[in-house]
Amino acid sequence: MHKRVQVNTTINGEPAEFLCEPRQSLLECLRDIVGLTGTKEGCNDGNCGACTVILDGRIVTSCLVLGVEAEGAEITTIEGIARGNKLHPLQQSFLENAALQCGICTPGFIIAAKALFDENPHPNEHEVRAWLANNLCRCTGYDKIVRAIMQAADMNVEEVKA
Amino acid sequence: MAKVFVPTLLRELTGGQTEVEADGATVRLLIEDLDRRFPGLGARLTDGGKLRTNISVAIDGEISPLGLIEKVPPGSEVHFVTAIKGGR
Amino acid sequence: MSTQYTVLGTRPIRHDGADKVTGRALYGADIHLAGLLHGFVLRSPHAHARIVRIDTSKAEALPGVKAVVTAADLPEAGDRIVDLGEGETPLSYIRGNVLAAGKVLYQGHAVAGVAAVSAHVAEEAAGLIEVDYEVLPCVLTAPDAMKEGAPILHEDLVTKELGEKTGQVSNVADHFRFSLGDLKAGFDQADVIVERTFDTATVHQGYIEPHTCTVLWNNDGRVQVWCSTQGAFVVRDTTACILDLPVSRVKVTPMEIGGGFGGKIPVYLEPTAALLSKKSGRPVKLTMSRRDVFEASGPTPGSHITVKIGATRDGKFVAGEASLAYEAGAYPGAMVGPGAMCILAAYDIPNVTVDGYDVVVNKPSTAAYRAPGATNAAFATETVVDEIAEKLGIDPLELRLKNAAVEGTRRADGVKFRRIGCVEVIEAMKNSEHYKTPLEGPNRGRGVAIGYWFNAGLPSSCTISVSADGGVNLVEGSTDIGGTRTSIAMQAAEVLGIPVEKVQPTVADTDSVGFTGVTGGSRTTFATGMAAHDAAQDVMRQLKERAALLWEVDASAVEAQHGVFRSNGHSITFQELAEKLDATGGPVIGRAAVNPKGVGGSFSGVIVDVEVDPETGKTTILRFTSIQDAGKAIHPAYVEGQMQGGSAQGIGWALNEEYYMSAAGTMMNSSLLDYRMPTSLDLPMIETIIVEVPNPGHPFGVRGVGEANIVPPPGAIANAIYHAAGVRMERLPMNPPAVMEAIWQKSSSQPS
Repeated sequence: MHKRVQVNTTINGEPAEFLCEPRQSLLECLRDIVGLTGTKEGCNDGNCGACTVILDGRIVTSCLVLGVEAEGAEITTIEGIARGNKLHPLQQSFLENAALQCGICTPGFIIAAKALFDENPHPNEHEVRAWLANNLCRCTGYDKIVRAIMQAADMNVEEVKA
Repeated sequence: MAKVFVPTLLRELTGGQTEVEADGATVRLLIEDLDRRFPGLGARLTDGGKLRTNISVAIDGEISPLGLIEKVPPGSEVHFVTAIKGGR
Repeated sequence: MSTQYTVLGTRPIRHDGADKVTGRALYGADIHLAGLLHGFVLRSPHAHARIVRIDTSKAEALPGVKAVVTAADLPEAGDRIVDLGEGETPLSYIRGNVLAAGKVLYQGHAVAGVAAVSAHVAEEAAGLIEVDYEVLPCVLTAPDAMKEGAPILHEDLVTKELGEKTGQVSNVADHFRFSLGDLKAGFDQADVIVERTFDTATVHQGYIEPHTCTVLWNNDGRVQVWCSTQGAFVVRDTTACILDLPVSRVKVTPMEIGGGFGGKIPVYLEPTAALLSKKSGRPVKLTMSRRDVFEASGPTPGSHITVKIGATRDGKFVAGEASLAYEAGAYPGAMVGPGAMCILAAYDIPNVTVDGYDVVVNKPSTAAYRAPGATNAAFATETVVDEIAEKLGIDPLELRLKNAAVEGTRRADGVKFRRIGCVEVIEAMKNSEHYKTPLEGPNRGRGVAIGYWFNAGLPSSCTISVSADGGVNLVEGSTDIGGTRTSIAMQAAEVLGIPVEKVQPTVADTDSVGFTGVTGGSRTTFATGMAAHDAAQDVMRQLKERAALLWEVDASAVEAQHGVFRSNGHSITFQELAEKLDATGGPVIGRAAVNPKGVGGSFSGVIVDVEVDPETGKTTILRFTSIQDAGKAIHPAYVEGQMQGGSAQGIGWALNEEYYMSAAGTMMNSSLLDYRMPTSLDLPMIETIIVEVPNPGHPFGVRGVGEANIVPPPGAIANAIYHAAGVRMERLPMNPPAVMEAIWQKSSSQPS
């Protein structure tokens, strides 16, 4: 058995610590060790975006980040997007626009969209599509996802930023 | 009497006819009547007392999941079609 | 005449919505049981080989490994023939695909399973299993597999020729034929005849969630399964069958599913995980890697199709001939039957012959993919129809309208269509804003195509129990791939006269709900919806009796509408009556089990504008409209979603997706980087037009919509590419190198 390393990090605003083997990805650590299964594994090689999280302010595919790299970092996962009991405007917009069918890609898209709003609160359609090009969806054809994101952006800018 | 549409593969047994008439209150009885009129047809449609698994029966265009025990209304059109796997 | 509905046609938020946007919804891999072990499957590196020897001892000795299994651990299948809902198949084929016995038939074929304390240890252990293979020559396409002298995959596979076993061993499992009329006489009447041959590559359904299961072989002998599946009962029956257990000893809990499209109907992992659990005494989780998904689940057949259509000068189709050879993969059962049924189904042609061939090749055993068999077929037919339109100088939609199948038209397999919406779909295309808007600019072209899918019925069960606050709990067995728990709840709500928010749907496990067929075949909103409708009617019947009791009248004197019960001056709302159930006799539970006839097929159409870059061959989709007959759109946003999703898959199929196979039979692009599915940047907004020609076989007129929308896109895009670049593409995918090749060939063959 490989010797485990202690990792101290912040997840969704709360201090978190876990033990992991150096070879375990951040995705694996989140899902199997910390118990946050909202982030999904689709390909394990960075090509589907289902495992997208925000790490120190930028989106990453957590399957390509090692768990030990989370040391001292601030991580946001889908579990940290809602405001307490109230859905984030992005989440609400996804529901109102029927922007999900099977829903497996939805956490990754919402995280990616939130990161987009942090940089560009009022993206146009092309900017949205380009930003999301590493998030694959096989069910929706992206149409309603793009609409949902643009509708969420139309709301009060302060509301949708972090 | 019902009108029976003969699948391509079985027309050699009906002298090339595409549509024939037969009698029977259920599909089983209908096939027995068909076999009397066209010997050998029964064995091509049934196997071991059941409809052959690669064959479905449709009454007036509706595929019936009941197979041999499905009732055949008089004047209806009966098809034996290749059972389509899937529809997924 | 249109019925006014209260709930149907609205767009409520789905009941599982909050869970799915917050990451709380539990998908297959999210479940975690105490003592869980992780599995890994060792797979064949060879496309065709005899297994000479397997030695698992070193793997078993690795610390952390708790169990190793091979096919030797499975009960013998013998000569048993089984029917697990897909027709009769030798059990040895189904068992063999789960764990190879004797031979491996494709690269990726499962050879052994390992369970260990972590997935990493299990993978290490698999690397220690020693397998000696005797590599055999492989065969990868249908035409090659059909040749004399081709390597034979199954020594016991005897060709069925036109319904009868020939006694001849070959790779052709089945050759069947449909015919109507007199083909020769038909073609003799034709003024123009077009015949073309097409090839399509193997493509994958591409669901984002890999196959996964967790299985516990409990101490009481019951096997419990949690998995990602389109059909919990199929998993139950197949797993029980392979393990030689009675079905009631297996309980399957379907988790939320991350896409299926037909590919999550077959069973791949559960029996292996069950054996590992039995051996180790602990629950075992087994998940496919993305590479495994490509190499070892069930892609759709590659195919070789010829279509020949003859028409008179005024555009009437007088004869149609088609030949479809589909690659079944390692085991027989390619969806060539459905393809043959659909290939000319959109048209009323009096003289037709269609030949279908189910051919095994050394590729993964194919599974269904959204209208299986019909998309490849329509690519061929719709190209030929477009060519006829051009030769005759007739508008392509007018030509289709002139020959459109209608109620009473006979399909090639002989069955007459009942009420269908082919004409309505084409007319909607003609009248669409898209079609009426001229396309301008160089290198641009517009293509149209139509397609058909017959949809399925299959059994569904449902129970509805009434709560004291006037809400109801609805229990059904259809895994929710795209919002069906809500479209089913809406149908119940409509009958009960209550808001859909007061219906609480649950997708239940195989112990808790009656037998229900797969979520697939565009059947769920139709059949499980019908079960919900019938169960709701059962509830209403009982509630009327309760109201009658309260008012001391006869139940036949009680009427109900919009959630209010009335009789002779008395009235009571659903909610008020629900409070009185205890006082009037106790709980009210409605039930229904259906196996419906009355399935309505769905026609679909596509209009697409493309621009083809003459220097790179890249095709950009400028504008895309999907048109489909939904019968009755229960939740229009979900119908639109199905149309858009099928369109996107069809676009990927048309332009980029394929299995690149080496000559040795290995897939060279088994990752989502190189198996190129459409991204958000590849697609425009996808416009949708929902046509409603009600299906008389369903109380609300529902036709399944999930599938037919994937059928026209490749044909429409091929036609658009022709009109943009002047080349007729005869192979899918029409990727940039292929289009450039066609452009160069055309320009080199033209006089300068």
